[in-house]
Amino acid sequence: MYRKKRIVAMLLAGGQGSRLGVLTDQRAKPAVTYGGKYRIIDFPLSNCIHSGIDTVGILTQYQPLELNTYIGAGSPWDLDTMSGGAFVLPPYVKGKSGKWYSGTANAIYQNIYFADQFDPEVLIVLSGDHIYKMNYSWLIRAHIEKGADATIAVIPVPIEEASRFGIMNTDKELRVLDFEEKPEKPKSNLASMGIYAFQWEKIKSYLIADANDPDSSNDFGKNIIPAMLANDEKLYAYEFKGYWKDVGTVRSLWDANMELLQDFPPLNLYDDPWRIFSRNPNEPPHYVDYGAEIKNSIVSEGCYIYGSVINSILSSGVTVEKDAIVQDSIIMAETRVGEGSRVHMSIVDEEADIGKRAKVGEERAANNKITVLGKKCVIRNGAVVEPGKQVGCGVAVLKTARDQVDDRAGGSRKAKDGKARNAKTKETANAAKKPSPASRRAALKGGE
Amino acid sequence: MIREAFGMIYAGEQIINLRELVELRAVGALPIGGRYRVIDFPLSNMVNTGIRNVAVITNRNYNSLMDHLGSGKAWDLSRKSDGLFILTPYANRDNPGIYRGLVDALKGSMDYIRRAKQEYCILTGSYTIFNLVFDDMMRFHEENGSDLTILFNRLSAETYAGDRYADIRIKTDKKNVVTDIEVNPGLSSLDKVSMDTYIIRKDILIYLVEESIARGEYDFVRDLIRGNLGRLKVMGFEHKGYVGRMHSVAAYYKANMDFLDTKLQKTLFRGENRIFTKVKDEVPAKYIGASCVRNSIVANGCIIEGNVENSILFRGVYVGKGASVKNSILLPSTEVNDNAELQYVVIDKNVSVRNRSRLIGNEEFPVVIRKGAMV
Repeated sequence: MYRKKRIVAMLLAGGQGSRLGVLTDQRAKPAVTYGGKYRIIDFPLSNCIHSGIDTVGILTQYQPLELNTYIGAGSPWDLDTMSGGAFVLPPYVKGKSGKWYSGTANAIYQNIYFADQFDPEVLIVLSGDHIYKMNYSWLIRAHIEKGADATIAVIPVPIEEASRFGIMNTDKELRVLDFEEKPEKPKSNLASMGIYAFQWEKIKSYLIADANDPDSSNDFGKNIIPAMLANDEKLYAYEFKGYWKDVGTVRSLWDANMELLQDFPPLNLYDDPWRIFSRNPNEPPHYVDYGAEIKNSIVSEGCYIYGSVINSILSSGVTVEKDAIVQDSIIMAETRVGEGSRVHMSIVDEEADIGKRAKVGEERAANNKITVLGKKCVIRNGAVVEPGKQVGCGVAVLKTARDQVDDRAGGSRKAKDGKARNAKTKETANAAKKPSPASRRAALKGGE
Repeated sequence: MIREAFGMIYAGEQIINLRELVELRAVGALPIGGRYRVIDFPLSNMVNTGIRNVAVITNRNYNSLMDHLGSGKAWDLSRKSDGLFILTPYANRDNPGIYRGLVDALKGSMDYIRRAKQEYCILTGSYTIFNLVFDDMMRFHEENGSDLTILFNRLSAETYAGDRYADIRIKTDKKNVVTDIEVNPGLSSLDKVSMDTYIIRKDILIYLVEESIARGEYDFVRDLIRGNLGRLKVMGFEHKGYVGRMHSVAAYYKANMDFLDTKLQKTLFRGENRIFTKVKDEVPAKYIGASCVRNSIVANGCIIEGNVENSILFRGVYVGKGASVKNSILLPSTEVNDNAELQYVVIDKNVSVRNRSRLIGNEEFPVVIRKGAMV
């Protein structure tokens, strides 16, 4: 028997994130890398421990291997405690049959027994898909103070984008009057963040009722919340003011990463009482060679830089060889960019091997398409990956006859590259703002 | 492999030539290589060998060392049976609370030694850095019927430079049996230098320590080894890889600079046997604006806007605009503000260098700035 916990969190981490293409071919979306060293799931898990929640059930389903390995016993987030901790909860066989999690609500329903062990008062449902820093205890306080049955965290979005979200229509007291999933004509701009606080006994009865309804799609947004509203339960919205980013598409993942390169990024990762914890690789610090050039970039431990890295984010253990150029790109762990290769506007997954004089993607100005290379893919010497293309995990791209022609023309293009780069450098130097010197270090660390 | 050995690391060396760097810390806790502490080397060597029972004997200034070691989790030494033991000195009937030498420290740790279940002891100091698993040395020890084996490497027979600490040179015959030992010799023709690492059987160690103590002898090398050369079979085992000794600021400086050679750095840190350390959750390094970094090692958490060349930057260092850092070592959380200039400087933790300050030392005598200073 576990000790009683007032609050138990359930983290929905089974999503595929299919719009991330090859990046989620072999891993669930919460395990996708962000900002050089983090995984998306680091954010909700770090939020939990900083908010004083030490009991977290992590519901996995889609490609859980990498995610499970990453979570382990939960020690990177201090969740390896004696009472509570991180629990990975995959779907399992009960009696003679077993069922996959058929929806967000069903995933919690199938783990009612897990939560019941702790006899909680409040259940927090989180999603493992977003990048944000949030103190859940404020949400819980609002929930308890208002005597709510359910409290839904919302964030104001621009009204023209509101039709992409689940929108809460509330009164002045933030009591939810109405909930619309992706409305054509939104009445408010408060979008649901997929973060809920529920009275456990109350939500349990709804989950059971929902599971017995064969027509239900077992989803919180589509079924549970409307059912609670129909029964006139007390539902409140909790307005979150801060940085919140959905990184559901290749473009938004790229954008969110590039935001960190700003001089004053909107997300402060240097926040000492609210550090984002992650599993730290055991690597020496990175090395920058004589001939290397690094401009406006983020570089992690274990990297060896001999070439140029511009406006890019490098995870741990990346090697950029001589005369290679990595620009406007995200390179994940243990990847090699071979001598003389050029990588532009790309997301390169872990352990990819880009050979010599290869070309991946096209310059930002020329083309705005993002190229994606899957995990462990191999780009052979001199091969070309067209902009906007996605190369599958473990796939080898060979040099074609056409590329050879390109290669010969490569000399003149390289000179042009150099010029473009210099111009760019000047631009960033001019753009740098000038706050007072004493506060500059603090200011650079960003803030919300 | 070696489950039949336990490890002891003596972290009580008093190495005065490290000046301000060891004012507040034991040499084992000295940051090195941009991320590590010196004691990570002996600890990782033991763990990579398969040893799961390691004691660290402290003497003075062990606060930051204990902070670094914690439960030993970073080295996989937080275990149900055995694991990491930190043995601090304490006053008792036989001892005033401060060790008079390594033999005294071993005597003070006798409870731990007697309780260790393993047959052999691997005893090391905490100021020598090298990457080695002890399997071959252990085999050598057993096959030759050695009573005590000393690990050594070859150094040219240098002239006395004035800043040496425990420069122990050994003379061996053709069969690698040690015939003579010199401690801090003025002029020596011997090129085999002890690496402060020994293998000895536990029962022999206990006997020798008790015997030395009974005679009022506390020096491990002079008394316990040299005094027993005739009675014991003492042998030397050569290590051919990289060795660094943190016996002076110049040596500390040089060792750090050696890591700028990536080939060496890779074999030392990223080879088959890694050096483990306690890792803090830190954001990757960020390069902003017109930063220019060449031939340098940069740790996570750094923010760089200025110029850095031939330098080692530890965690969380800030280099402001127009600042120039050359041939320097900046320990964690150093702040180099705009237009400051540093050359041949070793800056301890949490130091702030003001705008337009200039600090210039030289390779043989780097400027050392103590922890927490405002310059």
